[in-house]
Amino acid sequence: MTATGSFADSFTLAYSLIAGFDPKLVEIVTLSLKVSLASTVAAACIGLPMGAGIAVVRFPGRGAVIAVLNALMGLPPVVVGLLVYLLLSRAGPLGTFGLLFTPKAMVIAQTILIAPILAALSRQIIEDAWSEYREQLTSLRAGPLDAAMTLLWDTRFSLATVLLAGFGRAVAEVGAVMIVGGNIDGVTRVMTTTIALETSKGDLPLALGLGLVLLAIVLILNMAAQWTRVWAHARFG
Amino acid sequence: MRDSVEFAIATGLPIVGRRITCIRGNTTILDNVDVTIEQGVTTFILGPNGAGKSTLLRVLHGLLAPTRGTIAWNVSNVRPPGQAMVFQRPVLLRRSAERNVRYALARAGVRGGDADRRIFHALSHVGLVKAATRPARALSGGEQQRLALARAWALEPEVLFLDEPTASLDPAATRAVEEIVRDIRGRGTTIVMTTHNLAQAKRLADEVVFLHEGRLAEHTPAAEFFRAPRSKEAAVYLEGERL
Repeated sequence: MTATGSFADSFTLAYSLIAGFDPKLVEIVTLSLKVSLASTVAAACIGLPMGAGIAVVRFPGRGAVIAVLNALMGLPPVVVGLLVYLLLSRAGPLGTFGLLFTPKAMVIAQTILIAPILAALSRQIIEDAWSEYREQLTSLRAGPLDAAMTLLWDTRFSLATVLLAGFGRAVAEVGAVMIVGGNIDGVTRVMTTTIALETSKGDLPLALGLGLVLLAIVLILNMAAQWTRVWAHARFG
Repeated sequence: MRDSVEFAIATGLPIVGRRITCIRGNTTILDNVDVTIEQGVTTFILGPNGAGKSTLLRVLHGLLAPTRGTIAWNVSNVRPPGQAMVFQRPVLLRRSAERNVRYALARAGVRGGDADRRIFHALSHVGLVKAATRPARALSGGEQQRLALARAWALEPEVLFLDEPTASLDPAATRAVEEIVRDIRGRGTTIVMTTHNLAQAKRLADEVVFLHEGRLAEHTPAAEFFRAPRSKEAAVYLEGERL
């Protein structure tokens, strides 16, 4: 078989895996989505209030906190993976919980990875809104916490696109989940780790099939983000 | 009928500012300004661009603390309830017109049936009852400013500050805003306002506070101010506007 032939065959096989809802492929895709969704929710619970707080409250060292937060957006996934690995490994401080090589460990790693992204991006959005709303909200006697909640709600559509970006980053990330999940068949195997493994094994159809699904997910996320922006602007200004 | 009732009178008047000085960076925006706002006196703060009109308005409202000098609301130095402000560009929340008013009332502790009544009255007085459920930011510029006035109206303030509320409106919308301001004043609210529209000041003002380069040039009854201003700066300004 020529190289071109094997490439074309791989595509055909990949397509049949997707179209036939291959159980293995479905299982991997489902776990991927579950882990990344859980991470996004957890990271949102940490990142959004943090972003709103930093946007609204003036405190000493605020500039440094923002700089660090912005830098943390570029956290290398493998480093996060290593860090969480050390925390969760048997000898580590959280070793007793036995979380290493479970989906929970993957959620923890991805949460650490994207929480700073959500915090930094939401901080920027909320601070822009705050500069517009500050005098009016102060005039209406809204306190800092009240103002932060108001801004979170009023920027909800922009924040929705931030959440989609965070989810996209989580679902496409490979380094962190590989290290703390261990890529165990049927337990912690997600799209990205499977693609890495199957490619190195030479099983291209499954890798390619998952690659196509991943591409489609990322594409849909970005379209959803774009559509949310356009719709919200037309509807709410 | 509540419509004929005057707004409840709080106790934040008179507002007395003494030697108010505001410095931002190297710029002195207000320089030793003495000013008193008395109950029931419609006061217009006039002056050329950069005279410090908006800054003085914010100090009087308690949004901005002066760098030096004192501000007192009926001898208290804590900003009292019973004040509202309407800005040049209305700041409306991304929710319906009605919910914008409700939001303001909730911050003033007004909820439930009382809030519903006030919202209905305020929106009907500014002609926005039919727009109650529309997103506030989808309204036209004039409608947005009327909604901002309705929000202030619903608060039934003792003092209403207005910072060039008609600066970006067309003549019809400007007239509508002036009518609403008259109505609010008719309820016993004391009006403090800035404008570049001298005809508007003539129509509405009892007294004029004239600022020039951060200093108080004069504080004069409006009729006298427009007939024969006491300060040279005001005379030059009025002359320039007439040309």
